[in-house]
Amino acid sequence: MTPAPTNPPPALTVPLPPDAGVLARFFDGNVWHSFKQSPMAIVAAVIALVCVVSALGANWLAPHNPMDLATLELSDARLPPAWMDEGKSKYLLGTDDQGRDILSALMYGSRISLFVGLASVAVSVVVGVGLGLLAGFAGGRIDGFIMRVCDVMLSFPSILIALLIDGVGRAMFPNAHESLAFFVLILAISLTGWVQYARTVRGSTLVERQKEYVQAARVIGVSPFRIMRRHVLPNVLGPVLVLATIQIAAAIITEATLSFLGVGVPPTSPSLGTLIRVGQDFLFSGEWWITIFPGVVLVMISLSVNLLGDWLRDALNPRLN
Amino acid sequence: MAIKPLLEVRHLRVEFPTRRGTLLALDDVSFDIAPGEILGVVGESGAGKSLTGAAIIGLLEPPGRVAGGEILLDGQRIDNLPAEAMRKIRGRRIGAIFQDPLTSLNPLYTVGRQIIETIQVHLKVSAAEARQRAIALLQETGIPAAEQRIDQYPHQFSGGMRQRVVIALALAAQPELIVADEPTTALDVSIQAQIIALLKKLTKEHGAAVMLVTHDMGVIAEACDRVAVMYAGRIVEIGPVAEVIHHPAHPYTAGLMGSIPSMDIERERLMQIDGAMPRLNAIPSGCAFNPRCPQAFERCRSERPDLMPAGATRAACWLHAEPLQVPA
Amino acid sequence: MLAFVLRRLFQALIVMLTVAFIAFMLFQFVGDPVTNLLGQDATPEQRVQLRADLGLDEPFVVQFSHFIANAVQGEFGISLRQGRKVSSLIAERFPATLELAAVAALIGLALGIPLGVFAALRRGSFLSQAVMTGSLLGVSLPNFLIGILLILVFAVLLKWLPSFGRGDVVALGPFTTGLLTTDGLRHLLLPAITLSLFPMALVLRLVRSEMLEVLRTDYIKFARARGLPDRMVYFGHALKNTLVPVITIAGLQLGGIIAFAIVTETVFQWPGMGLLFIQAVQFADIPVMAAYLCLIALIFVTINLVVDLLYFAVDPRLRIERTATGH
Repeated sequence: MTPAPTNPPPALTVPLPPDAGVLARFFDGNVWHSFKQSPMAIVAAVIALVCVVSALGANWLAPHNPMDLATLELSDARLPPAWMDEGKSKYLLGTDDQGRDILSALMYGSRISLFVGLASVAVSVVVGVGLGLLAGFAGGRIDGFIMRVCDVMLSFPSILIALLIDGVGRAMFPNAHESLAFFVLILAISLTGWVQYARTVRGSTLVERQKEYVQAARVIGVSPFRIMRRHVLPNVLGPVLVLATIQIAAAIITEATLSFLGVGVPPTSPSLGTLIRVGQDFLFSGEWWITIFPGVVLVMISLSVNLLGDWLRDALNPRLN
Repeated sequence: MAIKPLLEVRHLRVEFPTRRGTLLALDDVSFDIAPGEILGVVGESGAGKSLTGAAIIGLLEPPGRVAGGEILLDGQRIDNLPAEAMRKIRGRRIGAIFQDPLTSLNPLYTVGRQIIETIQVHLKVSAAEARQRAIALLQETGIPAAEQRIDQYPHQFSGGMRQRVVIALALAAQPELIVADEPTTALDVSIQAQIIALLKKLTKEHGAAVMLVTHDMGVIAEACDRVAVMYAGRIVEIGPVAEVIHHPAHPYTAGLMGSIPSMDIERERLMQIDGAMPRLNAIPSGCAFNPRCPQAFERCRSERPDLMPAGATRAACWLHAEPLQVPA
Repeated sequence: MLAFVLRRLFQALIVMLTVAFIAFMLFQFVGDPVTNLLGQDATPEQRVQLRADLGLDEPFVVQFSHFIANAVQGEFGISLRQGRKVSSLIAERFPATLELAAVAALIGLALGIPLGVFAALRRGSFLSQAVMTGSLLGVSLPNFLIGILLILVFAVLLKWLPSFGRGDVVALGPFTTGLLTTDGLRHLLLPAITLSLFPMALVLRLVRSEMLEVLRTDYIKFARARGLPDRMVYFGHALKNTLVPVITIAGLQLGGIIAFAIVTETVFQWPGMGLLFIQAVQFADIPVMAAYLCLIALIFVTINLVVDLLYFAVDPRLRIERTATGH
């Protein structure tokens, strides 16, 4: 009998040394790998980055300051974008009816939109995670009550809740200071989003609570906070992160919708939604750029954040690989 | 064998392309099943038993694919058939039973509807006759009040009952071969024996051969005529059940038998095989079992053994090699 | 099952009471309840009279029960902005919103389900990826932007369809409908499509993901192992199992449609309840806000209840008592 040929094992990547740091492990892991392989995720991340940078740096990057009334020239009003016939290169994307540069207005507006969006999600996460931990750990009636509230709030669309809180705020403080108006707006949007975090965290807390090492820790006398912080939170970070990314897009859209409806940010600090509303009036006279460009930026921001969230969810889901 | 085999598997290779390279899950697997015979396929989890069954019925989960070898049913190749031709074979000539009866049945349809549709897809019978056959099948598998229960939903049956329904479904189109993948693993121990006995009886009556995949030697001993032992994607021993159990020729098989508690033989300690079955990306060269084998020698580490005669069975082990011919 | 229905009804009642409570608080503490009920132009004598009638000195619970009694009859006072009875305002506007919402829901389901099935079955193909990208746009694009885009394309550039208002309507008893006139239909088209895109995209993605999950189950594998043809596996087995969980979400989307009608009606100046509500919020018109709130809560609670009952009808596991017989 002739000897069978030996089969060498297939060539593999070199494994990491055991003491590789967090960053090294991240770049070797599935998440980064699937990111590199997904052109959409890369494009989305780049667009999001561009938007965020230009929004944050609006003060320095914007060619004009649309807020400063002194710099406006009414003779330059209603100019189309620079590449069209009557456009001027000074105003790359055209001007509105007051002579404000659309490009600069976009950058300042994005800043406001991003600010409200991020702040709302931050508040949502804090409230949601906190209530979720409370519900999971306290159990009993507190848990039941919080879950009832969650159920009820979930059955109402976010826009209604936001409108309600905003409307009540308006009615209670008719001559509100600008920062109060922002506060009410952020509160309104954040109260629409906390429920998802609460539920997820509560679920994880309940699971961890059953585990023996938690029960042992409680017997020894370790405080519940410590248990929550060390064991529940790390497990929950992944889903919360995915949720938060998607919610940022939703929060930005909600703010834009409220501002479009006229009940969002104060008119002195126009966000992208306000710009769109103002622009709609000029559609029929052919000045489409006043409303379309803010719309495009809004879509780009929300799409790229959504794509990132989608990709993140797939990357963190071991089953789909 | 004088009788022409029903199923022939020749040098079957199944691989899984992954991000980190291609894994070879089945490596040169060959065996036959005669008509009406019950062949057991036993091995640890991950040895490749279920994959073999999946490859035979043509339902390998992507990205798994057949990378070499042939599968012949009644002398004709079935591994390279177009999808529609393979579909006609499934159910009609080769039936399948899976492990978990709870999830094998569609919860939204009655048991009867699922049996009747199988019958009608493969056999040209009227709806009324299909229903009669379905009732008869249920009665055969020992389900009481079959005429009423045929219109009930899966969740209204207990675990053992459901597996009987699954067996009825597998037999519905009267196949020649049944691939049974761990049919009793998800059931209570007390019911396992009943189901195995049922399977044996019905396949004898219907004249069907069975490829019975399991990790439970007790089931093998109870039901099978022959048994194949798999390790790391290869068959390491194959032969009549009594021989393999009482006179195992391969050290791995011997280890398996020694690790089973027995009521008649007194043993102070259960035998334990050191180490664990290698992962697919780290299979040793030569004989896959050599790092754990108490009788391994030089040749085992460098050359991979094929199945060779070893007493009443065939084993892939150099211990049973013919003495090397000295060149003249 | 009766116990289940009773329990859900009880929960619904609690929700309604909570909403009524919030509405009541709005009346009492935001703005002046007397003004809320009488309007801005009431005389001092009317005010004093109403205070006595309302029993504003009476205990809280009594006032609340008066409020409930009124609310149940649809009596919410007078709109601060328009000076008319809130109930008649709402009755006027309700058919417009209902029509818009119903047509949008129909479009959403009729397109969303088949497209979702297609995207699941032809996964990875160019068309299905295009559909998925389209659906991503559908959930990312805000309602009002879609409306503006449609107006730009179809009303401004192509001049095919009108961009605001309801057109000619036909009165059928207390109900007015634009479905029976071509003009009405033309006016309905753009707003209905705008309103349907988000739920359509949602249903599409949901159907696709559910179907992909179902296609990986053991019973589908077993169905294939029995040699059932693809058509039967996909449309006989997989589809039914897919649609069951989709029902709930689709039903809940109906509530979302009615809520998002607020935005669509604003974009298209569609004379419905949503537009009324927005104007009320801008104006701090409490009675209208409160009435809208209660009505919406009622609609939502009803939808939820119907969806729950629907689940019962469709999933046999919930319906039939489990019988554990022998083995």
